Amino acid sequence: MWRGVLAILRKDLRIEWRTKESLAGFVVLGVLLVVIFSVALDPAPADAPRLAPSVLWAAFVFTGLLGIQRGFVLERENDCLGGVLASPIDPATLYLGKLATNIVLLAVMQALVVPLVGVLLHAQLGTVLPALLLVLFLGNLGFASLATLFAAMTVRARAREVMLPVLLLPLLVPVLIGGVKATEAVLRGGFGAAAGALGVLVAFDAIFVVAGVLLFEQVIRD
Amino acid sequence: MSAPAILAQGLKRDFGGVAVLAGVDLTVEAGELLVLLGPNGAGKTTLLRVLATLLRPSGGTLRLFGEDASQRPPAARRRLGHVGHESACYPDLTGRENLEFYAALYDVPDAADRIAELLRWTGLEPAARRPVRVYSRGMAQRLALARALLHGPELLLLDEPFSGLDPAAVLRLQTLLAELRRAGHAIVLSTHDVERVAAVATRVAILHRGRIAWTRQGVADAVVLAASYEAVVTGRA
Repeated sequence: MWRGVLAILRKDLRIEWRTKESLAGFVVLGVLLVVIFSVALDPAPADAPRLAPSVLWAAFVFTGLLGIQRGFVLERENDCLGGVLASPIDPATLYLGKLATNIVLLAVMQALVVPLVGVLLHAQLGTVLPALLLVLFLGNLGFASLATLFAAMTVRARAREVMLPVLLLPLLVPVLIGGVKATEAVLRGGFGAAAGALGVLVAFDAIFVVAGVLLFEQVIRD
Repeated sequence: MSAPAILAQGLKRDFGGVAVLAGVDLTVEAGELLVLLGPNGAGKTTLLRVLATLLRPSGGTLRLFGEDASQRPPAARRRLGHVGHESACYPDLTGRENLEFYAALYDVPDAADRIAELLRWTGLEPAARRPVRVYSRGMAQRLALARALLHGPELLLLDEPFSGLDPAAVLRLQTLLAELRRAGHAIVLSTHDVERVAAVATRVAILHRGRIAWTRQGVADAVVLAASYEAVVTGRA
Protein backbone atom coordinates (compact mmCIF):
# COMPACT_ATOMS: atom_id res chain seq x y z
CA MET A 1 0.00 0.00 0.00
CA TRP A 2 2.68 2.54 1.01
CA ARG A 3 4.53 2.07 -2.26
CA GLY A 4 1.34 3.11 -4.06
CA VAL A 5 0.79 6.07 -1.71
CA LEU A 6 4.35 7.26 -2.38
CA ALA A 7 3.94 6.80 -6.14
CA ILE A 8 0.78 8.95 -6.11
CA LEU A 9 2.39 11.58 -3.87
CA ARG A 10 5.51 11.73 -6.07
CA LYS A 11 3.43 11.95 -9.25
CA ASP A 12 1.16 14.70 -7.87
CA LEU A 13 4.06 16.77 -6.56
CA ARG A 14 5.90 16.40 -9.86
CA ILE A 15 2.84 17.66 -11.76
CA GLU A 16 2.41 20.47 -9.24
CA TRP A 17 6.07 21.44 -9.55
CA ARG A 18 5.60 21.73 -13.33
CA THR A 19 2.24 23.45 -13.46
CA LYS A 20 2.15 25.25 -10.07
CA GLU A 21 -1.62 25.43 -10.54
CA SER A 22 -2.70 24.51 -6.99
CA LEU A 23 0.23 26.15 -5.28
CA ALA A 24 -0.15 29.47 -7.07
CA GLY A 25 -3.79 29.63 -5.99
CA PHE A 26 -2.96 28.50 -2.46
CA VAL A 27 -0.22 31.05 -1.91
CA VAL A 28 -1.77 34.07 -3.61
CA LEU A 29 -5.18 33.59 -1.98
CA GLY A 30 -3.63 32.80 1.42
CA VAL A 31 -1.53 35.95 1.41
CA LEU A 32 -4.42 38.07 0.12
CA LEU A 33 -6.83 36.81 2.76
CA VAL A 34 -4.41 37.48 5.59
CA VAL A 35 -3.68 40.98 4.32
CA ILE A 36 -7.40 41.73 3.82
CA PHE A 37 -8.33 40.45 7.29
CA SER A 38 -5.53 42.44 8.89
CA VAL A 39 -6.48 45.65 7.10
CA ALA A 40 -10.24 45.18 7.55
CA LEU A 41 -10.05 44.37 11.28
CA ASP A 42 -7.32 46.98 11.87
CA PRO A 43 -6.72 45.89 15.48
CA ALA A 44 -4.74 47.87 18.05
CA PRO A 45 -1.24 46.35 18.44
CA ALA A 46 -2.14 45.02 21.89
CA ASP A 47 -5.28 43.23 20.60
CA ALA A 48 -3.83 41.98 17.34
CA PRO A 49 -2.27 38.68 18.59
CA ARG A 50 -5.69 37.65 19.89
CA LEU A 51 -7.01 37.69 16.32
CA ALA A 52 -4.16 35.67 14.86
CA PRO A 53 -5.67 32.15 15.36
CA SER A 54 -9.00 32.95 13.71
CA VAL A 55 -7.36 34.85 10.84
CA LEU A 56 -4.95 31.96 10.28
CA TRP A 57 -7.61 29.25 10.19
CA ALA A 58 -10.06 31.24 8.09
CA ALA A 59 -7.28 31.77 5.55
CA PHE A 60 -6.29 28.07 5.61
CA VAL A 61 -9.82 26.82 5.09
CA PHE A 62 -10.78 29.15 2.24
CA THR A 63 -7.43 28.67 0.53
CA GLY A 64 -7.57 24.91 0.99
CA LEU A 65 -11.04 24.72 -0.54
CA LEU A 66 -9.71 26.34 -3.67
CA GLY A 67 -6.67 24.13 -4.12
CA ILE A 68 -7.82 20.71 -3.01
CA GLN A 69 -10.34 20.18 -5.78
CA ARG A 70 -7.60 20.53 -8.36
CA GLY A 71 -6.06 17.21 -7.28
CA PHE A 72 -9.03 15.26 -8.59
CA VAL A 73 -9.65 17.48 -11.59
CA LEU A 74 -6.25 16.42 -12.93
CA GLU A 75 -7.23 12.76 -12.42
CA ARG A 76 -10.19 13.30 -14.73
CA GLU A 77 -8.07 14.53 -17.63
CA ASN A 78 -7.58 11.69 -20.13
CA ASP A 79 -9.52 9.43 -17.70
CA CYS A 80 -6.39 8.93 -15.58
CA LEU A 81 -8.67 8.02 -12.71
CA GLY A 82 -9.82 5.02 -14.74
CA GLY A 83 -6.20 3.97 -15.26
CA VAL A 84 -5.47 4.19 -11.53
CA LEU A 85 -8.68 2.43 -10.46
CA ALA A 86 -8.11 -0.40 -12.93
CA SER A 87 -4.72 -1.06 -11.31
CA PRO A 88 -4.45 -3.48 -8.39
CA ILE A 89 -4.05 -0.77 -5.76
CA ASP A 90 -6.72 -0.43 -3.13
CA PRO A 91 -8.82 2.76 -3.57
CA ALA A 92 -7.72 3.67 -0.03
CA THR A 93 -4.17 3.94 -1.43
CA LEU A 94 -5.34 6.61 -3.86
CA TYR A 95 -7.12 8.39 -1.01
CA LEU A 96 -4.03 8.36 1.20
CA GLY A 97 -1.81 9.48 -1.68
CA LYS A 98 -4.09 12.43 -2.41
CA LEU A 99 -4.34 13.22 1.30
CA ALA A 100 -0.55 13.29 1.58
CA THR A 101 -0.30 15.60 -1.45
CA ASN A 102 -2.87 17.98 0.02
CA ILE A 103 -1.10 18.09 3.38
CA VAL A 104 2.20 18.93 1.67
CA LEU A 105 0.59 21.72 -0.41
CA LEU A 106 -1.18 23.17 2.64
CA ALA A 107 2.10 23.10 4.55
CA VAL A 108 3.90 24.99 1.77
CA MET A 109 1.18 27.63 1.78
CA GLN A 110 1.35 27.90 5.56
CA ALA A 111 5.12 28.34 5.45
CA LEU A 112 4.40 31.70 3.79
CA VAL A 113 1.14 32.67 5.45
CA VAL A 114 2.04 31.96 9.09
CA PRO A 115 5.08 34.31 9.22
CA LEU A 116 2.98 36.94 7.47
CA VAL A 117 0.33 36.67 10.18
CA GLY A 118 3.11 36.92 12.77
CA VAL A 119 4.27 40.20 11.24
CA LEU A 120 0.87 41.78 10.50
CA LEU A 121 -0.80 40.76 13.76
CA HIS A 122 2.27 41.05 16.02
CA ALA A 123 2.05 37.42 17.14
CA GLN A 124 5.17 36.02 18.80
CA LEU A 125 5.57 32.75 16.93
CA GLY A 126 9.26 32.01 17.41
CA THR A 127 9.08 30.72 20.98
CA VAL A 128 6.08 28.45 20.40
CA LEU A 129 7.04 27.21 16.94
CA PRO A 130 7.27 23.43 17.68
CA ALA A 131 3.84 23.43 19.35
CA LEU A 132 2.39 25.58 16.56
CA LEU A 133 3.77 23.22 13.91
CA LEU A 134 2.07 20.29 15.66
CA VAL A 135 -1.26 22.18 15.75
CA LEU A 136 -0.92 23.06 12.07
CA PHE A 137 -0.12 19.47 11.14
CA LEU A 138 -3.10 18.09 13.07
CA GLY A 139 -5.39 20.79 11.66
CA ASN A 140 -4.16 20.11 8.13
CA LEU A 141 -4.71 16.38 8.59
CA GLY A 142 -8.30 16.89 9.76
CA PHE A 143 -9.08 19.45 7.07
CA ALA A 144 -7.41 17.54 4.22
CA SER A 145 -8.86 14.14 5.20
CA LEU A 146 -12.40 15.46 4.91
CA ALA A 147 -11.73 17.78 1.97
CA THR A 148 -10.02 15.00 -0.03
CA LEU A 149 -13.06 12.74 0.42
CA PHE A 150 -15.51 15.47 -0.57
CA ALA A 151 -13.37 16.67 -3.48
CA ALA A 152 -13.53 13.11 -4.86
CA MET A 153 -17.28 13.06 -4.28
CA THR A 154 -17.93 16.32 -6.12
CA VAL A 155 -15.39 16.05 -8.92
CA ARG A 156 -17.95 14.65 -11.38
CA ALA A 157 -20.51 17.33 -10.49
CA ARG A 158 -21.01 20.22 -12.86
CA ALA A 159 -21.26 22.80 -10.05
CA ARG A 160 -18.38 21.28 -8.06
CA GLU A 161 -16.84 24.66 -7.14
CA VAL A 162 -20.06 25.54 -5.29
CA MET A 163 -20.90 22.07 -4.01
CA LEU A 164 -17.57 21.42 -2.30
CA PRO A 165 -17.74 24.31 0.19
CA VAL A 166 -21.49 23.84 0.75
CA LEU A 167 -21.05 20.18 1.68
CA LEU A 168 -17.72 20.47 3.41
CA LEU A 169 -17.85 23.60 5.56
CA PRO A 170 -20.53 22.40 8.02
CA LEU A 171 -18.58 19.20 8.65
CA LEU A 172 -15.34 21.11 9.10
CA VAL A 173 -16.66 23.06 12.07
CA PRO A 174 -15.16 20.72 14.71
CA VAL A 175 -11.71 20.84 13.09
CA LEU A 176 -11.94 24.58 12.66
CA ILE A 177 -12.94 25.17 16.28
CA GLY A 178 -10.30 22.69 17.46
CA GLY A 179 -7.64 24.39 15.32
CA VAL A 180 -8.50 27.90 16.51
CA LYS A 181 -8.67 26.85 20.18
CA ALA A 182 -5.40 24.91 19.96
CA THR A 183 -3.63 27.80 18.20
CA GLU A 184 -4.93 30.26 20.80
CA ALA A 185 -3.73 28.03 23.61
CA VAL A 186 -0.33 27.51 22.00
CA LEU A 187 0.19 31.25 21.45
CA ARG A 188 -0.79 31.84 25.06
CA GLY A 189 1.21 29.18 26.82
CA GLY A 190 2.81 26.57 24.54
CA PHE A 191 2.25 22.81 24.62
CA GLY A 192 0.89 22.54 28.12
CA ALA A 193 -1.94 25.01 27.59
CA ALA A 194 -2.99 23.32 24.33
CA ALA A 195 -3.26 19.73 25.57
CA GLY A 196 -7.08 19.67 25.70
CA ALA A 197 -7.57 21.29 22.29
CA LEU A 198 -4.90 19.03 20.75
CA GLY A 199 -6.79 16.00 22.08
CA VAL A 200 -9.95 17.19 20.32
CA LEU A 201 -8.01 17.67 17.06
CA VAL A 202 -6.44 14.20 17.31
CA ALA A 203 -9.86 12.62 17.91
CA PHE A 204 -11.44 14.32 14.89
CA ASP A 205 -8.41 13.51 12.74
CA ALA A 206 -8.74 9.84 13.61
CA ILE A 207 -12.47 9.81 12.83
CA PHE A 208 -12.09 11.66 9.53
CA VAL A 209 -9.11 9.65 8.26
CA VAL A 210 -10.77 6.32 9.07
CA ALA A 211 -14.02 7.51 7.46
CA GLY A 212 -12.09 8.62 4.37
CA VAL A 213 -10.28 5.29 4.03
CA LEU A 214 -13.51 3.31 4.46
CA LEU A 215 -15.79 5.46 2.30
CA PHE A 216 -13.46 6.43 -0.52
CA GLU A 217 -14.19 3.42 -2.74
CA GLN A 218 -17.94 4.08 -2.57
CA VAL A 219 -17.35 7.72 -3.45
CA ILE A 220 -14.91 7.32 -6.30
CA ARG A 221 -16.37 4.40 -8.27
CA ASP A 222 -19.25 4.73 -10.72
CA MET B 1 -8.42 -26.87 -16.20
CA SER B 2 -8.03 -23.19 -15.31
CA ALA B 3 -11.01 -20.86 -14.97
CA PRO B 4 -11.92 -18.75 -18.01
CA ALA B 5 -10.49 -15.25 -18.09
CA ILE B 6 -14.03 -13.89 -18.32
CA LEU B 7 -17.26 -15.57 -17.34
CA ALA B 8 -20.19 -13.17 -17.52
CA GLN B 9 -23.79 -14.26 -17.06
CA GLY B 10 -26.75 -11.96 -17.56
CA LEU B 11 -24.57 -8.90 -17.14
CA LYS B 12 -26.62 -5.72 -16.92
CA ARG B 13 -25.80 -2.07 -16.50
CA ASP B 14 -28.06 0.91 -16.65
CA PHE B 15 -27.49 4.63 -16.38
CA GLY B 16 -30.33 6.57 -14.80
CA GLY B 17 -32.83 3.84 -15.62
CA VAL B 18 -31.67 3.46 -19.24
CA ALA B 19 -30.42 -0.08 -19.84
CA VAL B 20 -27.13 -0.07 -21.71
CA LEU B 21 -26.29 -3.72 -21.05
CA ALA B 22 -29.42 -5.82 -20.98
CA GLY B 23 -28.06 -9.26 -20.08
CA VAL B 24 -24.71 -10.11 -21.65
CA ASP B 25 -23.55 -13.73 -21.49
CA LEU B 26 -19.90 -14.06 -22.37
CA THR B 27 -17.08 -16.51 -21.82
CA VAL B 28 -13.54 -15.75 -22.91
CA GLU B 29 -10.83 -18.35 -22.48
CA ALA B 30 -7.06 -17.96 -22.50
CA GLY B 31 -5.71 -17.78 -26.05
CA GLU B 32 -8.90 -16.26 -27.45
CA LEU B 33 -9.18 -12.96 -29.26
CA LEU B 34 -12.77 -11.84 -29.17
CA VAL B 35 -13.76 -8.91 -31.31
CA LEU B 36 -16.82 -6.96 -30.25
CA LEU B 37 -18.60 -5.20 -33.06
CA GLY B 38 -21.60 -2.99 -32.70
CA PRO B 39 -23.07 0.34 -33.68
CA ASN B 40 -22.57 3.48 -31.60
CA GLY B 41 -24.45 3.15 -28.33
CA ALA B 42 -24.55 -0.64 -28.47
CA GLY B 43 -22.80 -0.82 -25.09
CA LYS B 44 -19.29 -1.87 -26.16
CA THR B 45 -17.48 0.71 -24.03
CA THR B 46 -19.75 0.06 -21.06
CA LEU B 47 -19.18 -3.68 -21.35
CA LEU B 48 -15.40 -3.23 -21.47
CA ARG B 49 -15.49 -0.88 -18.45
CA VAL B 50 -17.58 -3.39 -16.51
CA LEU B 51 -15.12 -6.15 -17.46
CA ALA B 52 -12.26 -3.90 -16.31
CA THR B 53 -14.07 -3.49 -12.93
CA LEU B 54 -14.35 0.26 -13.53
CA LEU B 55 -18.15 0.12 -13.55
CA ARG B 56 -20.33 -1.91 -11.24
CA PRO B 57 -22.82 -4.11 -13.07
CA SER B 58 -26.46 -3.44 -12.20
CA GLY B 59 -27.24 -7.14 -12.45
CA GLY B 60 -25.86 -10.52 -13.43
CA THR B 61 -22.57 -12.06 -12.40
CA LEU B 62 -19.01 -11.56 -13.56
CA ARG B 63 -16.08 -13.76 -12.73
CA LEU B 64 -12.54 -12.86 -13.78
CA PHE B 65 -10.09 -15.77 -13.66
CA GLY B 66 -12.64 -17.54 -11.48
CA GLU B 67 -12.89 -14.72 -8.92
CA ASP B 68 -16.07 -12.77 -8.23
CA ALA B 69 -15.41 -9.39 -9.88
CA SER B 70 -17.95 -7.57 -7.68
CA GLN B 71 -15.29 -7.70 -4.96
CA ARG B 72 -12.76 -6.10 -7.38
CA PRO B 73 -10.09 -8.62 -6.40
CA PRO B 74 -6.66 -6.98 -6.73
CA ALA B 75 -5.20 -10.28 -7.96
CA ALA B 76 -7.61 -10.33 -10.90
CA ARG B 77 -7.01 -6.64 -11.66
CA ARG B 78 -3.28 -7.31 -11.71
CA ARG B 79 -3.94 -9.80 -14.50
CA LEU B 80 -5.87 -7.43 -16.76
CA GLY B 81 -4.92 -4.45 -18.88
CA HIS B 82 -7.45 -1.94 -20.16
CA VAL B 83 -7.22 0.70 -22.86
CA GLY B 84 -10.25 2.96 -23.02
CA HIS B 85 -11.14 5.81 -25.32
CA GLU B 86 -8.64 8.02 -23.50
CA SER B 87 -5.02 7.28 -22.75
CA ALA B 88 -5.23 7.42 -18.93
CA CYS B 89 -1.87 9.21 -19.08
CA TYR B 90 -1.19 12.50 -17.28
CA PRO B 91 -0.70 15.34 -19.78
CA ASP B 92 1.88 17.14 -17.61
CA LEU B 93 4.09 14.09 -17.20
CA THR B 94 6.34 12.74 -19.92
CA GLY B 95 5.60 9.44 -21.59
CA ARG B 96 8.34 7.73 -19.57
CA GLU B 97 7.16 9.27 -16.28
CA ASN B 98 3.63 8.02 -16.95
CA LEU B 99 4.91 4.50 -17.49
CA GLU B 100 7.10 4.75 -14.36
CA PHE B 101 4.06 5.79 -12.34
CA TYR B 102 1.94 2.88 -13.55
CA ALA B 103 4.86 0.49 -13.13
CA ALA B 104 4.96 1.49 -9.45
CA LEU B 105 1.21 0.90 -9.08
CA TYR B 106 1.51 -2.56 -10.64
CA ASP B 107 4.79 -3.27 -8.84
CA VAL B 108 6.43 -4.27 -12.14
CA PRO B 109 9.77 -6.02 -11.63
CA ASP B 110 12.71 -4.61 -13.63
CA ALA B 111 10.48 -1.68 -14.52
CA ALA B 112 13.20 0.36 -16.27
CA ASP B 113 13.95 -2.46 -18.73
CA ARG B 114 10.27 -3.15 -19.35
CA ILE B 115 9.57 0.55 -19.97
CA ALA B 116 12.51 0.81 -22.39
CA GLU B 117 11.27 -2.28 -24.24
CA LEU B 118 7.73 -0.89 -24.58
CA LEU B 119 8.92 2.55 -25.62
CA ARG B 120 10.97 0.88 -28.33
CA TRP B 121 8.05 -1.29 -29.41
CA THR B 122 5.67 1.65 -29.64
CA GLY B 123 8.24 3.82 -31.42
CA LEU B 124 7.94 6.43 -28.67
CA GLU B 125 11.59 6.43 -27.59
CA PRO B 126 12.37 9.82 -29.19
CA ALA B 127 9.29 11.36 -27.53
CA ALA B 128 9.70 9.65 -24.15
CA ARG B 129 10.96 12.83 -22.46
CA ARG B 130 8.24 15.06 -23.86
CA PRO B 131 5.07 15.80 -21.91
CA VAL B 132 2.06 13.82 -23.07
CA ARG B 133 0.23 17.11 -23.62
CA VAL B 134 2.17 17.58 -26.88
CA TYR B 135 1.60 14.01 -28.14
CA SER B 136 -0.53 13.46 -31.22
CA ARG B 137 -3.64 11.26 -30.95
CA GLY B 138 -1.72 8.32 -32.39
CA MET B 139 1.23 8.77 -30.01
CA ALA B 140 -1.12 8.96 -27.03
CA GLN B 141 -2.85 5.79 -28.20
CA ARG B 142 0.49 3.99 -28.49
CA LEU B 143 1.45 5.16 -25.01
CA ALA B 144 -1.90 3.89 -23.70
CA LEU B 145 -1.14 0.49 -25.21
CA ALA B 146 2.31 0.50 -23.62
CA ARG B 147 0.70 1.37 -20.28
CA ALA B 148 -1.79 -1.48 -20.57
CA LEU B 149 0.93 -3.98 -21.51
CA LEU B 150 3.41 -2.84 -18.86
CA HIS B 151 2.63 -5.59 -16.35
CA GLY B 152 2.18 -8.37 -18.92
CA PRO B 153 -1.56 -8.82 -18.42
CA GLU B 154 -3.19 -12.15 -19.21
CA LEU B 155 -6.42 -10.42 -20.20
CA LEU B 156 -6.37 -7.36 -22.45
CA LEU B 157 -9.46 -5.19 -22.86
CA LEU B 158 -9.07 -2.76 -25.74
CA ASP B 159 -11.66 -0.18 -26.70
CA GLU B 160 -11.13 0.94 -30.29
CA PRO B 161 -7.37 0.30 -30.13
CA PHE B 162 -6.79 1.09 -33.80
CA SER B 163 -8.21 4.60 -33.67
CA GLY B 164 -5.62 7.25 -34.34
CA LEU B 165 -2.90 4.78 -35.33
CA ASP B 166 -1.01 5.16 -38.58
CA PRO B 167 -0.77 2.11 -40.91
CA ALA B 168 2.63 1.04 -39.53
CA ALA B 169 1.34 1.17 -35.96
CA VAL B 170 -1.80 -0.74 -36.96
CA LEU B 171 0.37 -3.47 -38.43
CA ARG B 172 2.53 -3.56 -35.29
CA LEU B 173 -0.56 -3.81 -33.10
CA GLN B 174 -2.04 -6.58 -35.25
CA THR B 175 1.23 -8.50 -35.01
CA LEU B 176 1.39 -7.97 -31.25
CA LEU B 177 -2.19 -9.09 -30.74
CA ALA B 178 -1.53 -12.26 -32.73
CA GLU B 179 1.65 -12.91 -30.68
CA LEU B 180 -0.14 -12.33 -27.37
CA ARG B 181 -2.99 -14.61 -28.37
CA ARG B 182 -0.59 -17.36 -29.41
CA ALA B 183 1.16 -16.96 -26.06
CA GLY B 184 -2.13 -17.73 -24.32
CA HIS B 185 -3.39 -14.25 -23.44
CA ALA B 186 -7.10 -13.56 -23.66
CA ILE B 187 -8.01 -10.42 -25.59
CA VAL B 188 -11.31 -8.61 -26.00
CA LEU B 189 -11.35 -5.65 -28.32
CA SER B 190 -14.10 -3.44 -29.62
CA THR B 191 -13.97 -1.80 -32.99
CA HIS B 192 -15.99 -0.52 -35.93
CA ASP B 193 -13.24 -1.51 -38.30
CA VAL B 194 -14.13 -5.01 -39.45
CA GLU B 195 -11.29 -5.30 -41.96
CA ARG B 196 -8.54 -4.64 -39.44
CA VAL B 197 -9.66 -7.32 -37.01
CA ALA B 198 -10.82 -10.07 -39.34
CA ALA B 199 -7.25 -11.30 -39.68
CA VAL B 200 -6.51 -11.60 -35.95
CA ALA B 201 -9.85 -12.58 -34.38
CA THR B 202 -10.63 -16.06 -33.12
CA ARG B 203 -14.24 -15.12 -32.41
CA VAL B 204 -16.44 -12.23 -33.38
CA ALA B 205 -19.52 -11.07 -31.50
CA ILE B 206 -21.96 -8.35 -32.38
CA LEU B 207 -23.32 -6.37 -29.48
CA HIS B 208 -26.68 -4.84 -30.26
CA ARG B 209 -29.13 -3.20 -27.88
CA GLY B 210 -27.14 -4.36 -24.86
CA ARG B 211 -26.98 -8.05 -25.76
CA ILE B 212 -24.70 -10.32 -27.73
CA ALA B 213 -26.91 -10.59 -30.80
CA TRP B 214 -24.61 -12.66 -33.03
CA THR B 215 -21.42 -14.61 -32.55
CA ARG B 216 -19.15 -16.61 -34.81
CA GLN B 217 -16.23 -18.84 -33.94
CA GLY B 218 -13.03 -18.85 -35.95
CA VAL B 219 -11.21 -16.42 -38.19
CA ALA B 220 -13.90 -14.59 -40.11
CA ASP B 221 -13.86 -13.26 -43.64
CA ALA B 222 -14.26 -9.48 -43.68
CA VAL B 223 -17.01 -9.58 -46.29
CA VAL B 224 -19.02 -12.19 -44.34
CA LEU B 225 -18.55 -10.16 -41.17
CA ALA B 226 -19.69 -6.95 -42.79
CA ALA B 227 -22.80 -8.66 -44.19
CA SER B 228 -23.65 -10.25 -40.82
CA TYR B 229 -23.13 -6.94 -39.06
CA GLU B 230 -25.45 -5.17 -41.46
CA ALA B 231 -28.08 -7.87 -41.06
CA VAL B 232 -27.97 -7.80 -37.23
CA VAL B 233 -28.00 -4.05 -36.92
CA THR B 234 -30.82 -3.57 -39.41
CA GLY B 235 -32.79 -6.43 -37.84
CA ARG B 236 -32.63 -8.78 -40.81
CA ALA B 237 -30.60 -11.47 -39.07
